[in-house]
Amino acid sequence: MFQRRLGGMLAVVGLIAAACGGGGPSAAPTGGGPAQTTGATAGASPAASLDMPSAIGEGEGALNLVIWAGYAERGAADKAYDWVTPFETATKCKVTTQDMTDSNNGVSLMQSGNFDGISASGDATTRLIQGGIVAPVNVSLLSNWPNVFPGLKGLPHNTVNGVPYGVPHGRGPNLLGYNKTVVTTAPTSWDPIWEGGSAYKGKISIYDSSIFIADAALHLMTKRPELGIKDPYQLTKPQFDEAIKLLQALNANQPTYWGTATDQQTSYTAGDVVIGTTWQYQVNLLVADKQPIDAVLPNEGSTGWSDTWMIAKKAKHPNCMYKWMDHMMSAEANAEATVWFGEAATSPQACEAAEKLSPGHCVQMHATDEAYFSKVHYWATPQADCADADAATTCVTQDDWVNAWTTLRGG
Amino acid sequence: MSSLATAGAAPERPSLRRRVAAWLYARPRVRLGLLLAGPLGWLGIAYFGSLAILLLSAFWTKDAFTGNVEPFTWSLRAFEQLFAGEVYRTVAVRTIGIAALVTVTDALLAFPIAYYMARIASPRKRSLLVVAVVMPLWAAYLVKVYAWRTILQGHGLLEFVTSPFGIESSGLTNIANAWLVLSYLWLPYMILPIYAGLERIPGSYLEASSDLGARAGTTFRRVVLPLVFPAVVAGSIFTFSLSLGDYITPDLVADAKFIGNVIYDNSALGDPPLAAAYALLPIAIMTVYLLIARRLGAFASL
Repeated sequence: MFQRRLGGMLAVVGLIAAACGGGGPSAAPTGGGPAQTTGATAGASPAASLDMPSAIGEGEGALNLVIWAGYAERGAADKAYDWVTPFETATKCKVTTQDMTDSNNGVSLMQSGNFDGISASGDATTRLIQGGIVAPVNVSLLSNWPNVFPGLKGLPHNTVNGVPYGVPHGRGPNLLGYNKTVVTTAPTSWDPIWEGGSAYKGKISIYDSSIFIADAALHLMTKRPELGIKDPYQLTKPQFDEAIKLLQALNANQPTYWGTATDQQTSYTAGDVVIGTTWQYQVNLLVADKQPIDAVLPNEGSTGWSDTWMIAKKAKHPNCMYKWMDHMMSAEANAEATVWFGEAATSPQACEAAEKLSPGHCVQMHATDEAYFSKVHYWATPQADCADADAATTCVTQDDWVNAWTTLRGG
Repeated sequence: MSSLATAGAAPERPSLRRRVAAWLYARPRVRLGLLLAGPLGWLGIAYFGSLAILLLSAFWTKDAFTGNVEPFTWSLRAFEQLFAGEVYRTVAVRTIGIAALVTVTDALLAFPIAYYMARIASPRKRSLLVVAVVMPLWAAYLVKVYAWRTILQGHGLLEFVTSPFGIESSGLTNIANAWLVLSYLWLPYMILPIYAGLERIPGSYLEASSDLGARAGTTFRRVVLPLVFPAVVAGSIFTFSLSLGDYITPDLVADAKFIGNVIYDNSALGDPPLAAAYALLPIAIMTVYLLIARRLGAFASL
């Protein structure tokens, strides 16, 4: 009797151990946390420690990066796209990477102090600078810096008092992706999601991050001009509430929220979704996989990103990170990376190198077309002071965006 | 060899090892202390220490703009936010509801299986069934959840079966998926305690019951069920607590937010104090649950 009892207990304890040993964190849910905005905060920066290196020494043998999926390829998917191996061979810096699911996640990972650098979008950059997580960069040490398009230098989201906090990687818009066999005529506006969403009920694919609220605000900029939204990231309370209403209406159509690029690819391949926000990156991979998927930049413009390689203030491998930043501005690496992801390259040399991989790449991606990018609202962090000089108005803050997103997704 | 030689050369002066052994031999309490220092230190520092940090960090402040957490600067902000936010109640109710539903489902499914294993099956069949029940637990958790994803998603097995009847897959956004997959995952944890509990009932009780004129139904209600109930409660501790704490399954198969998802989102994406404060809720729920389970005699039947 006793033995049997003990046996049962041991079995159950063993099972618990088996269950607990099972899974690590999943394909990363999203939604909470911080991010950042362009400009306006420049003056307030902690410019205290501008101790930048005056030379790049020997590599430390390792480099830990927080990246967007697809920003550090080793040719695993396609041998022509490998800009990590040549870097490792040349510098002896062994690269390890971790994908972030959104900018909030990226900032959080950088706060952990385990990484040397990050490919931060504009909604992370200012926040990382203000939080004292990243360091200014002595660009005179980087041989490829002079080649970078002038339009990509000195931008408010990664520059403080004229001092760059990183180097550009590439930029592009968020797109409207769709399944060509279901959505037979290419959409020209975001209306299929915001206005006619019920036509695709249960089949809409939406980016799972608080920054997506800006996409709703962007739609309101053209649809409801009387609200007076000028910047989709800096919203007054009434404007913000309207955007949330729009998102609740969308939520009622049961969209599938994607946290990682892989999530979205899976949903498109399974036919679980047929339309929604996407990046050129997933579209490239889906098309390569013979899926009938395409993407457009709708007429009213879009949200988007302009990414910056930043170095952690407490980087354990600063020399490797400097070498990496220089490498990512080089013609070959930048051409491969931007063609692979589907975004605009950062220098004429990179554009030239990209011709071999994808003819017309820089024209298609509007690499120097500032008029085109004026329609693209780069991700930025919501700020209480609305990120402008006008002291009278106050805006909904980053924390409120995150709370609203939690409520929307959890409610 | 050399130690032998040394021992032989200086018999009056025992080796350090021997002296330590002799010293310890005279002090049983020190011996016990050294033996338990490792496991107790682990339990105290790594286990309770991390829980204490969790409790403390719920009261830390966070810079609203940069998101940097400032340890040991105190505030009740996280708790205020939790009480003010409707969503945290909704998520809690959803999680507890699904966990309860999973527990009831598993109890209903597990009982007949356990009964067959304990009282009807031959010893050979019984051991085969025990292996069959335990087998799925040897497969990795994530593998099983991803297997369910392929069943439930569009063009999946479920749709293949139901589409002739005009039922389309609702994809991976249906809350019922979480209930289904969690019930599947934790079923063995319910079967085994009930099986052990049923096996423990002496056959003479059942014979006595029928000798006294009770029919099968009455025997089941009046004899079997009361005796095995503590085992069901014991099983429910596992199914309930494991469901309550899971966040991977709800995310992967249902895109639903459970308590664990909100904790994960906030700790991984920017607000560790809020995550810590919210984490106190499942701890409180399980404390109450375990107290009730103890009253019902569940621990005696583990």
